[in-house]
Amino acid sequence: MTSTSVSSAPVVTEDPSEAGHLPRGPRRRGVRSVVTSRGLLAVVLAAIPLGALLLAWHLLTEYQVVWWLRFDKIPGPAEVYSTLTTQLSSGPFYNDLLVSLRRILLGFSIAAVGGVAIGAMIGRSRLASALLRPLIEVFRPIPAIALVPLAILLFPDGEQGIVFITFFAAFFPVTVSTIHAMHALPPVWEDAARTLGAGRMSILRYVVLPGAMPGIFSGLSVAMGVAWICVISAEMISGQFGIGYYTWQSYGLLDYAGVVVGMVSIGLLGWSTAWLVERLGRRVNRWLPRAAS
Amino acid sequence: MSGETPSERSGWRSEERAEPSAERVRSRARPEEMSCGASVRLSGLKLAFGDTDAAEIDLDVRAGEVIVLLGPSGCGKSTILRALAGLLEPVAGLAQVGESVVAGSAQPPSSSGVLARKRSPKNVGRTQCAMVFQDDALLPWRTARRNVEYALKLRGVPRGRRQPEAEQLLRQVGLDGFGDHLPGALSGGMRQRVQLARTLAAQPRVLLMDEPFGALDAQTRSEMQRLLCSVWQQHKTTILFVTHDVDEALLLADRVVLLTPRPARVRRIVEIESPRRPGAQFEPDFARRRYEILASLGDVPGAAHEEVSAS
Repeated sequence: MTSTSVSSAPVVTEDPSEAGHLPRGPRRRGVRSVVTSRGLLAVVLAAIPLGALLLAWHLLTEYQVVWWLRFDKIPGPAEVYSTLTTQLSSGPFYNDLLVSLRRILLGFSIAAVGGVAIGAMIGRSRLASALLRPLIEVFRPIPAIALVPLAILLFPDGEQGIVFITFFAAFFPVTVSTIHAMHALPPVWEDAARTLGAGRMSILRYVVLPGAMPGIFSGLSVAMGVAWICVISAEMISGQFGIGYYTWQSYGLLDYAGVVVGMVSIGLLGWSTAWLVERLGRRVNRWLPRAAS
Repeated sequence: MSGETPSERSGWRSEERAEPSAERVRSRARPEEMSCGASVRLSGLKLAFGDTDAAEIDLDVRAGEVIVLLGPSGCGKSTILRALAGLLEPVAGLAQVGESVVAGSAQPPSSSGVLARKRSPKNVGRTQCAMVFQDDALLPWRTARRNVEYALKLRGVPRGRRQPEAEQLLRQVGLDGFGDHLPGALSGGMRQRVQLARTLAAQPRVLLMDEPFGALDAQTRSEMQRLLCSVWQQHKTTILFVTHDVDEALLLADRVVLLTPRPARVRRIVEIESPRRPGAQFEPDFARRRYEILASLGDVPGAAHEEVSAS
């Protein structure tokens, strides 16, 4: 009830120190300890299946179990760990990681921007839909990996080809989810904006895009997963650097521990980018009622 | 004068306004904030929803008048408002606000190109008619204040002046201190208050209200009706209010327009003497009028038949 609340603070005022963990909701004293213990619980719960997997892996390889599945030549966790530590102290490995990350972020960002733009056009304009929809439907079923030969011919060097393939893979989930999100918007938001005098552009920018963000972000999550699959595959086929290339090269050198190191790295990188997208999505869509739970 | 509303209690925060004197004067502090109502003329306005006829209306509304369109659910009342708001293109006829045509052909209806016109009238009718919807028309990712600020931005209010003006409007509808709440965190009645503030921010010459209190409980609804009366006292816009609640119609209207079932046509117009008098609903006159209207809508056993067949 005071005029001090007039500050330009965005949407929901949160204690900044807790903003990371606590969705909007009641601000009580002692919330912090609840949050940290809940965070601890989450870590413990996440560790249980991962730990069990590690243990099973260790036992299966240690005792070289051969029971239809053959674990006798699979490297064990200890071996993989030692390979990992040697790799972590070497420059080329980091280079591979960074190259893959750069490719994925580049391809994914272009796909995100382009997919939302094209999706919004198709979702909002009947003409754009008539023009572009068939084009998209023709290209959509083509696996991005099938583009490798063409990408090699098209682009001056392999780097751009791989980024293009990543972009191609990520583009369609974003576009399609954007189109669906546009169509799922309650018409009353747009009606209200129009009676207040909003034009097409204003409605697009202030009503349609923010309202479609939940749907767009579910597309972005899917796109990030697909992008990883394709960047790794493309690196395996045509790359010169990158974690996919590293993995494939280790296989060529019969360095199976190296293959597993590559797989684990891909898993961790993929997880962190997915987390980033999720995190950003929650921030953008924190007005959603379910965001509070 | 209706009962005390929250907006009248908050005069103490008016330092920044030009005239700090009486509370009533506050809303008139800036001349451009006085959005005077415009007259509305619907002539031969014919609306359709898909292939079925929704409404056929002739109606003259005086500037600053409160008109309640009353009819059974689904009779096409809302389509009339939608046409005025530029959201629905009429099949035939004209809707005028003041001197300008907001829906229908710019030429007289007799000329040929009635059907040929595209959706240009929305450019003409912009912000002349702003609409309050039944529910959930607020942008849920914007706080109450930012919802109002969006309407101010659309009106062309410079950035720096939007926030104080939005807070002023929220105060007017009794939402002082709730500016930073998201619509999802507000009750249904409060959300409708925000909608009202947002719509007033556009300074419409005609306020269209499409069953705005229909989803509220009885007590909140009567609170909102009182609020609307006091807001109308300050702004004196023309109001076209759609409802199927007879009591609400009698409490708010200068004139109640009874509509037939689909397609909606004007069945009868009931003038209310001394409209919006507090306590009017407890007088015998009110009950009599209520009975008349219900009978005319076919809701009273016995009285129903001759009325319906007479239409």
